Amino acid sequence: MSLNIIVLAKQVPDTRNVGKDAMKEDGTINRAALPAIFNPEDLNALEQALRLKDKNPGSTVTILTMGLPRAAEVIREAIYRGADAGIVLTDRALGGADTLATSYSLAQAVKKFGKCDIILGGRQAIDGDTAQVGPQIAEKLGIPQVTYAEEILDLNNGYVTVKRRLENGVETVKAPLPCVVTVNGSAAECRPRNARRVMKYKYAVSPSEKEKLSDDLKKIVDERPYLQLAEWGAAYVDADPEQIGLAGSPTKVKNVESVVFTAKENLCFAGNDDAALENLIKELITNHTIG
Amino acid sequence: MSDNNNLIVYCEFEDGKIADVSLELLTKGRVLADRLGVKLEAIVIGDKLDGIEKQLFPFGADTVYKVEDKRLYPYTSNPHAAVLINLFKEIKPQICLMGATCIGRDLGPRVSSCLHSGLTADCTSLEIGDHKDPKTGKEYTDLLYQIRPAFGGNIVATIVNPECRPQMATVREGVMKKEIYNPDHKGNVVNLNASKYVSDADFVVEIIDRHIEKSKVNIKNSPIIVAGGYGVGSKENFQLLFDLAQTLGGEVGASRAAVDAGFIEHDRQIGQTGVTVRPKLYIACGISGQIQHIAGMQESSIIISVNNDPNAPINTIADYVITGDIEEVLPKLIKYYKKNSK
Repeated sequence: MSLNIIVLAKQVPDTRNVGKDAMKEDGTINRAALPAIFNPEDLNALEQALRLKDKNPGSTVTILTMGLPRAAEVIREAIYRGADAGIVLTDRALGGADTLATSYSLAQAVKKFGKCDIILGGRQAIDGDTAQVGPQIAEKLGIPQVTYAEEILDLNNGYVTVKRRLENGVETVKAPLPCVVTVNGSAAECRPRNARRVMKYKYAVSPSEKEKLSDDLKKIVDERPYLQLAEWGAAYVDADPEQIGLAGSPTKVKNVESVVFTAKENLCFAGNDDAALENLIKELITNHTIG
Repeated sequence: MSDNNNLIVYCEFEDGKIADVSLELLTKGRVLADRLGVKLEAIVIGDKLDGIEKQLFPFGADTVYKVEDKRLYPYTSNPHAAVLINLFKEIKPQICLMGATCIGRDLGPRVSSCLHSGLTADCTSLEIGDHKDPKTGKEYTDLLYQIRPAFGGNIVATIVNPECRPQMATVREGVMKKEIYNPDHKGNVVNLNASKYVSDADFVVEIIDRHIEKSKVNIKNSPIIVAGGYGVGSKENFQLLFDLAQTLGGEVGASRAAVDAGFIEHDRQIGQTGVTVRPKLYIACGISGQIQHIAGMQESSIIISVNNDPNAPINTIADYVITGDIEEVLPKLIKYYKKNSK
């Protein structure tokens, strides 16, 4: 049985490297100023999708990502690892969206895509850590959700069987297709890039990226449809302007504060100062903190 | 805009016992409801709910809604979401709080999507306050401030839902304190007919197998925690932390970076996306101190930081800063403890 699989992937700022220009005045994130990476758990989701494809020859894995035009980078990365195609949902009107407006926009894109058997995505993205977009897309599409998935055990006869990793145990559930499955970081790691695919898809570009290529490369892209990544806007997916972007977001950022700790008066000493270490231990024993 | 509608807490339970996180939210909910001058409500959805309200009243619940059906336990997404969606359309709560658990983080988004209400995940603080929309100038009174670190913990954001109800938030276990409001507090019980709120068609996902175990790790209640970060360097080096923890009678915790690096299992993670702890003694080893981590341990009574970087951010909140390698320092702490304890 061949499947139409969508993988939701997000290009996220690498939150380990945040500079001063990271935040805009309106409290939203200035993504342009930050190094961008493939959201880690979306790679776990991609691996589950590729395994389904391996078991079901003829299946296609399509990456759907919403973000700046440069988010096409995550599609290329996914294609290098085995995905077939990708769509960048990008539009100024989508900017500043909270999770609900994001879910609505992505759900519209899924509807536009048409027939799809299963939608996979990471449990959550490292820039927000909310885990909300997956379940909200499922709700918008009126289909079931399976969150915290660790492994897809089986997909057959219109049902998918999934092992879920919960905080205090595991659960195996069977859900009818189509459904949304969000995958945990504890799932199998994504396979690496395939060198042949890197060669073949190096110039896979979205229309806005194509503009920046040389004429020779433009010609190559035009001649080879597999190098053409889709780029969709809000109007193309029939999104209601009231429900997208900042305006379509019920949650508003009232304010943001950089984190400043009130420094405590502390006692500092070096790790090779044996007398100080022993004194510390003695003090903790005397005041009954330990012992 | 101000409303007199109530505040409701979705309560989870396992083996007939209400989850700690739900009781913590009732404790916080009671304070917020008093501040707003409204009632505190609780909802329990599941099976065998006889007398379950007795666990909720002491924490200040004025009303306990019970929705009982064999098929509603264990939890599955659609049926529980259907109950909340349909009930909320009737009773229109102004605020709904849930635990940021595997259940709450599965259920909350589904409910908020259907009701088009805002939802903020993993709040570390909840307050009531006013808001003026910077664009329209419209003023709002008594909104729920949903406060959470964002963006890898580099900032703390205050989120509000000016127009949409209910204002929804999830909070992790241990973030709020669980305190009995009044052991004799009594409220009323409202038994809801499950079939009125959930249809057969909602039972689409079938649970085939389920193994729930009590977590073997109990860092939340441990008075002494030895926690490691990315700076510990390897899974093998974590053994040094286990040795120290065992010597002192404590537990081993970890920062997210250490968990992500695969040094240690996830159920030991401390911080905004792990558990929040308040031990007597917290020994941070090789932890740089991102706010997300600090949010989960800053109320520890005594904090010792062992780090080879004298400028690690965590040092600013530490009582003692030991600059050195954990390979050198931890064995010495063990040695001196053994020497000086009786």
